[in-house]
This record gives sequence, structure tokens and C-alpha cells, in this order.
Amino acid sequence: MKKYDAIVIGAGHNGLTNAAYLAKAGLDVAVLERNSYIGGATVTRELHAGWKYTNCSYVCSLLRPEIARDLELPRHGLQVVPYGGGVTFKRDGDYYGNYYDHNRQYREMARHSKRDANAYERYTADVMKQTRLIRPFLLKRPPDPTSLKLRDLRDLADFAGSFMEMGEQGLADTLKFWTKSVGDYLCEYFETDVIKAHLGGSGIIGTALGVFSPGTAYVLLHHYMGDVDGNVGSWGVARGGMGAVSGALAASFQAFGGEIICDADVDRIIVKGGKAIGVALKNGDEYHADVVVSNLDPKRTFLDVMDAQDLPADVVKKAENFKIRGSSGKLNIALDGLPTFQGLDKNSPLMLGDMHFSDSLERIERAYDDWKDGTWSKDPYIDMLIPTQTDPSMAPPGKHMMTVFVQYAPPKINGGEWTDADKDGFEKSVIDQIARHSPDFKDLILHCETRTPREIEAEVGLTEGNIFQGELTFDQLLFNRPFPGYAQYRGPVQGMYMCGSGTHPGGGVMAAPGANAAREILHDLRKPNTVPGGYADD
Amino acid sequence: MTDNYDVVLVGAGHNGLVCATYLAKAGKKVLVLEANATPGGCAATREFSPGYSVSSCAQWLNQLHPAVTRDLALESHGLQWAARELASISLDLDGQHLTQRGDHVEGGNVTAADSAAFREFHAKTTKFAKLLVKAFEARAPKLVESNLTDRLTLIKLGLGLKMLGRDDMSDLMRIILINMYDVMEENFDSAQLKGLLSLDSLLGSHMGPRTPSTVFGYLYRRVGEVFGHTGHAQVKGGMGALGQAMAASAQAAGVDIRLSSAVASIDVDAGRVTGVTLADGQQIAAAIVVSNADPITTFERLVGLRNLETDTARRVSQIRCTGGTAKLHLALNGLPRFTGLDDRQLGQRLVIAPDMNYIERAFNAVKYKEYSTAPALDISIPTVHDAALAPAGGHVLSAIVQFAPYEPEGGWDAHRETFTQLIVDCIASYAPGIKQQIIASELLTPADLERDYGMTRGHWHHGELGMDQVLMMRPFPGATQYNAAFDGLYLCGAGAHPGGGVMGLAGRNAAQEIIKRGAAA
Repeated sequence: MKKYDAIVIGAGHNGLTNAAYLAKAGLDVAVLERNSYIGGATVTRELHAGWKYTNCSYVCSLLRPEIARDLELPRHGLQVVPYGGGVTFKRDGDYYGNYYDHNRQYREMARHSKRDANAYERYTADVMKQTRLIRPFLLKRPPDPTSLKLRDLRDLADFAGSFMEMGEQGLADTLKFWTKSVGDYLCEYFETDVIKAHLGGSGIIGTALGVFSPGTAYVLLHHYMGDVDGNVGSWGVARGGMGAVSGALAASFQAFGGEIICDADVDRIIVKGGKAIGVALKNGDEYHADVVVSNLDPKRTFLDVMDAQDLPADVVKKAENFKIRGSSGKLNIALDGLPTFQGLDKNSPLMLGDMHFSDSLERIERAYDDWKDGTWSKDPYIDMLIPTQTDPSMAPPGKHMMTVFVQYAPPKINGGEWTDADKDGFEKSVIDQIARHSPDFKDLILHCETRTPREIEAEVGLTEGNIFQGELTFDQLLFNRPFPGYAQYRGPVQGMYMCGSGTHPGGGVMAAPGANAAREILHDLRKPNTVPGGYADD
Repeated sequence: MTDNYDVVLVGAGHNGLVCATYLAKAGKKVLVLEANATPGGCAATREFSPGYSVSSCAQWLNQLHPAVTRDLALESHGLQWAARELASISLDLDGQHLTQRGDHVEGGNVTAADSAAFREFHAKTTKFAKLLVKAFEARAPKLVESNLTDRLTLIKLGLGLKMLGRDDMSDLMRIILINMYDVMEENFDSAQLKGLLSLDSLLGSHMGPRTPSTVFGYLYRRVGEVFGHTGHAQVKGGMGALGQAMAASAQAAGVDIRLSSAVASIDVDAGRVTGVTLADGQQIAAAIVVSNADPITTFERLVGLRNLETDTARRVSQIRCTGGTAKLHLALNGLPRFTGLDDRQLGQRLVIAPDMNYIERAFNAVKYKEYSTAPALDISIPTVHDAALAPAGGHVLSAIVQFAPYEPEGGWDAHRETFTQLIVDCIASYAPGIKQQIIASELLTPADLERDYGMTRGHWHHGELGMDQVLMMRPFPGATQYNAAFDGLYLCGAGAHPGGGVMGLAGRNAAQEIIKRGAAA
């Protein structure tokens, strides 16, 4: 049997990133993937003949540019095409549009409220300030505040230093931003319901919180801190779907000599003498290695592929208490043509962006109340995109593909499993909401793939269907992610590491957790570091 | 009465009186101006129906700082206890009530495992509350430009945090910003216990058990136990007697108190305060003006936003301060009977919060300016311990009601009757027969509380106790060390650090700050 230097469990984007950096450092690395295809939640799948569904994650912005450059992802086929636009349709027949052009954007806002249009610059500048603060910490491991090690103290001082630099008022604004709800935060700037609703959705995507739950303003940041080609805050579609991201990462990894083994369903991590020595597959095969890295979420890692008797008791308890509640679902739809929407020209640049139908924060908050009550939102918050307008390669000529991200869908329905009837009900509430604003929409549907947390968990392996591998609440951020004492990518067993979105800095197709974990592994192996730690900003 | 005052203090609420007394003891000549006819602010007793009196705002005393009780000699100025160390009983429809006293819980559906877990949880949260006390007993340090005093506080806090030990320290840092709901789920099975504790975390707030910040709210409440209040206490004669005792103490220290004297404005000139103008037009000059009013009233109404710098004005208008709590008072012609409760138990603190989802649903309503159709209640029957509050044989029931909106659609007049009925129905489901005993009732909505006690939008804490508005962020950056916006202008109420509840620390800390600065100047 062949022994590797390192085995990575799961060929999601973080697993591949981690593996690529280890291979780049000269290690002999294998990535084991349960599915017959790679990518995890970063995939493109042809589920209806001729249509490529980007059926989990669907837009790109957070991917760290340092990593994309360093691993030469463009050379390996990744092309991110920025898209502009975006619109929220109102129930009264009007809409609020988001134009790429600055002046046009001002006029559109002023059409709803001159005061809001004037506040927008201040809002953008303030959010960008928070973005600039957080970006340098994405490609760093979080310091352990309870540790007295030199490296931690130094990192902690760095961290504190960059906060102190902001001055008293700036720091106060930051603390408020981190602890406020996105709803309250937006109310500080804007008065118009539809504008607040358009901006507020970003604070709750993938999160089991409402727009008025404190802490959601920070989640907003997870949608602003990315960039496309250095343009901070903008989003793009990966040409060919999100599978292009994982495809490029895999190609880069293989170029460094790495090996990807699909259909390899890991049963457990083998621990001997307090040290991880390899993995055993469900089919009985074993792969041995000095280092085992889990790209799985913390629950699957510690409660599923690891044995409780190999773990300290506190880790088992912490994993059990880890919050990874699913809150979202997805519809991927093949369309016979481009649908028409109320009051909007088909050639409007607004159509290119994210479309929504929740025209007030109250409607989004009520959608959350349904989730709390253990059911899907009857009037859901939808983040919808027709990427084929930007990248026609994803559907046959003249046809379109639509991706509809839906908030909220609970992991269980009233405490029980999702049934097919529930799934149909969920699908109907989404389709009806879109159809209310688009008369020809229903007739254009050729195929619809509906994914509730049940499907997301079954296919991608994300526990409870949580897209971030664990909620982005403060008890699970920075030095608390995934849990206190284990936030520096090292597991509780020697030779075992974590590299998924369940670790700092969290979810989104960022690839930072994978890279950060590789840096720690190489540090422990006393190998030269291959991971960019710096920060190449605008 | 002289008109040459060193300090004019606006509002004779408990913090105002505490602040005034400390200042007078330090040799300042202090005048307290109060709009109402009685001193005490929310520490008030009122006859709401002929012969029937009740603590008309705050009803329990469980957080008053011992130094305040001692320094103001409150007991020698008339403060008497009707009952102390009362237990909390969470009511159950079938009479399976749960009793919590200190770290002990019993009854209801509590298992041995739960009661052991609660002991552990209680011990741990007591440690956390002790750490908070260190921060509460001094002014909050400034965020950046720290001086010696602030550094000492920070060092004390830092050491305290380290002294918790690695596990507890990281646990505190993990849970401090999050919600009670998740922490309860981690620790307990009993729905009743989880309901009771999470209600404690949000009384007087505009939050549900799932709202992040409620763990802080719980620790905030637990501070009372660190101060030595092992359970809830009831003041003889109602909370108004506490207000009277504080006023007596203030007067004994030389403070002048003018009642029924509403302040119309705090006057400023060239960056400093010059005094106040009363509603009747009279002007009183003073180099120091201390406001016991909430920060929004102080800056929007009394100082006037137009007198503030833009940035300060913006911060004032951004303070989150919307009340969600109402108060119901019932005059009863006899002692009510609650299913499964004996007479002794009737004198304890009774809580209707059967589970966390119940409270969360009650909270949902108020988010949309509606009232809860199944509200959570914190009930006191003060006449069990203090018969003088009602005519012979009569009783009073007082309930804190979560949640009621500040401005329901159509105004409160359209809803007052229905909501009162609904709360009575809710109580009657635990106390069948109570409806026949009701002689009179009174509902105080957040709007009423604003009118009677001057607290903006009826918020008990003069501003939400959210993580964005506590400690070095309270009430807003730039005003966190009691002095704000103008030389000589200070805040001393619940809107200032550490916050609301009948604690007295905001008043005490403010006085210390004023005395200190006076010495420096």
C-alpha cells in the first residue's frame, strides 16, 4: 500500500486549495472525494441536457486574489466575468434598480428618495472602511487570546493595533457594525423600504438569523469584502459555472503532482497511539499518511469520521453544540427563453444582476419567523440570477439558466424530516413569488431542480445543509471558529487538521481556510511556507 | 432657598437622587428638578384605584448596589423590606410549577441532570457576573485614548478575564455576544427552565430569546446576586418608598429638591452649559447640569439637536430605544387562587414563560408593532407581604408584560381594552376564577410609561441593552464617561454606563466623575 505525505478528505474548493499548497511544497498529496465529481459546493452539473447548472454556490467574488494569482488559476481555466445590475421588484409594480453607472445609480435612488441617494455615498464609504479592516485578516490564522505563546501575542498585538489605528470614533463605528443588526444599521442611513430591503438581504444569506438580529451587519461584510479583478465589492460569474473554480484548483494541484481519487467515501480517520495515520474508506480500503486534513464540516469531522474515544471529551461536546443550522434552499431552473419582469425592459442592464422580490425589511424578517417556527418561508427572500445573460455557454443558444437562492428553509420541518410534499410546497412558494412579477415565467420553465437542506446535505455533505459549514455568529468566528482552543486549523489529534469553511475566516468561495490550514501544516512539518500570507490590496 | 447652585440635576429618578446625594456629600450645592409631584422616577408607588396602590413601574428590588444602600443610609431614611429572598416560580398550566431559588431548581419537569447542570451553570455565570461588576463599578474605559484610570480598569478586567482560567475565559468570549436560546439549548432539557431563564435575560428589552445580546442581558441581571441580592425583594410600601427614602437621604445631605418643576431646556452657550430653563420660563444658572433623563430626551428635547455637532446629533438619533414592555395592575377583592400554588408560594415571583418559543413568538409580534397574543409575564402579588397596599381583604396583582409595542397601528386607544382582556385571560388560564375577583384594572403601555416617567418610547433601560450600546459604547461614543457634548453637561441615568434597573451605579459613577473633574479643574 502506498503511503502519502498528506491526505485531504473532500475535494471542495478548500480541500483542493489546501492540497495544492501542500503539493507545491513538495509533499506527496492525495485528495479523497466521496462523489464521482470534484468541487463540493463549487460545481457545475449538467442535470438537464444542454444546461449547465451552477447548482450550489453560484457567484464569485470572495475567492482570494492572492490565491488565484499564486496558484495560477486563470492559466488553469478560471475566468471570472463581472456582472452589474440587480433589482428588487416592488409589490406595487415599481422596482428599485442597482446600476453600475454611478450617476445613473444616484438618479435611481433619488427617484425613491433624495435623502437616501445622498446617504448612499456615506454608507458605501463606511462599509468599505470595515472591508479594508477585515481583508488583511482573511489570509491569517486567528490568534488565540488565551495563549501566551509569542506568535499568538504578536498576532494579537497586530490585531489590536489595526483596531486602535482607527481612533475612538472609528473603533466605535466598527464595534457597532460588528454587533448591530443589518436592519438597524441600514435604518441609520436610509428611509426607503425597498432600498433597505435590497441592501439588507446580504446580511442574512446563508445565516439562520433575521435582518433585525444583532450580528447580521457583520454578515453583510461577507458579501462586500470580495472583489473581481481588484474591484472591491463587485461580483462576477465564473465562466462555465462555479465548477470552473474547482476545476482550475484541481488542475493547479495536479500540476504540482497531486492525485485526486473520486468515489472514495471516507468511513473514518485512523488514529493510532494518539496520532492520525490515515483513513479507511467505506469499502474497506485504507490510505495511510503522516497528515490527515479534513475539509468536512466540524460536525462531520468529529462526530462522523472520527471516533469519540480518539477525541478529548470537550471536543465531542463542542462539536455537538456547534451551530450549523441550515437556513437556505436553492432552485436551479432551465428556461426556454428570457422571462419578462414587471416594468423592466428585457435589455435593461438591471436584468444582469441579482434580482429580489422582498420590498421591505419586514417581509424578510417575517420570512425568518417562519424558519423559527420550523417551516419554510411562505414569502421567502430570494436572490435570483440569470447568469446565461453574461455567460451564454451555460445553456443552448437562446435558452437560459436561472439560479434562485432561497432564504429560509429549515433543516427539519416541525422537527421531522423533509418529505417530497414539503419540497413541492417549498418549490411552489418560490415559483409563485417569481411568477407574481413575471407573467411568462411559469410557461418558460423546462426543468427545475429544487434543493432543500435535505438535498444539500445528501449531495454535498454539508450538515443540515448549512452553506457556510457553520453559522457566522460571534461564538463561531475568528478564534472561536469552529470552537475555542481549536481555531488554528490543528485538530485535537496529532497529525490531524481542518481546512474547511468551518474554520476561520468561514464560508463563501474564498479558499482562505484551505490556504491558512496549509500554512499551519507546513509550519508543523518544518517545511518552507508556500502560502501567501500578505495582502495585496487595491 | 438660594439660587446659587453648583449643580442643577434634571430628574429625581433613583439615579438622579443617588448622584445628587454623593455630590452634596462632596460639598456641592445641588438642586434637583423633578417634573412629577413625587420623587423616585421609576421607583414609584401609585394608587391606581381607590384604596389600591402598586409599584407602578419597577416592582422588584434585586440589583441595588450595596454601597448605595450604605452610603445613602437608606434604611435609616425609611427603607423597609416587605419580603426578601423571594424565589421565582415558573407557572405550568397543569400545576407542575418549577421553583428557582439561587442555584437550586426543583419541580416542574426538571430532571436530576438539569438541576445539576443548573448548579454548574449558575456557578459559572456568577463568575462572569462578578467580572462584569468590576466594569460596572467604575466609569467605562475609553476605547482608544486610555489614561491611567481607564488603564487600571482595563488591567483589572484583563486580569479578571485571565483569572477565570482558560476554559471559562474562552467560554465567556464565546457566549457573551450571542443569544440565550442557543446557550440554554446547550445546557438544559427542561423547556420550563429554559423559558424562565431566558425571560430573565430580556425583561424590559426589545429582544427575544433568539436575539444575540441576550446572554449579556442575563449576566446583567445576575449582577444583582453579586451585590448580595439572593432572590427578589419587595419594598414595604412599594417602590415609591425607596424613592422617598432616597429623597430623604438627599435632603439630609443638603440637596434641594423641587417637585412639579419640569425643565424645558438645558441651556448652552459657546460649548458649555449655562443652566436650565423651567417650563414656566424661570431660568436657573449653574456651571454643571446633570441629566437623569434618557440621552434622547436630554439631547433631542432639552439641549436641542440644532445645538449639537452633526456627528453627535446623528449618534443621538441612532440610539436604539424602543420599549416593548407594558405593566398591568389588577385590584382584586380577594387573594387569587393559582392552580397548584399554596398561599406561601403566592408571595413569590410568579412567571409565565412556559418555553423559549413561547417568548420568541410573543416577541415576533412587537417587531411589527403588534402586541403579543400570548404574552410572557412576570407577576407580583405584593399584598401577600404588605397588606397596607389594599383595603382589608383586598389584593393587588402587578404584572410586567412582554411584549407591547410603543405605537400600535391605530394608536393604543383602539387596543387597550382588547390587550388588557387578553393578558387577563392569560393569567386566568393559570388562576381560574381571578376574573370574578377583579374590581379595577390599569394597563400602562410603553406610551404611558413615556408620558408618566419621561422615558423615551417607554424603554425601561433608557436605551436598548444591546452589545452595540453597552459598556464603552453607552449611550454613544463620545458620551461614554458621563460628560457629553458640552463642558459641564453630564448624564447620570440608565442611559449611561452601566445601564438600567434599580442599581444606582450610573448615578454613583457619574457623581464620582463630576467630583474628580471638579478637582482637576
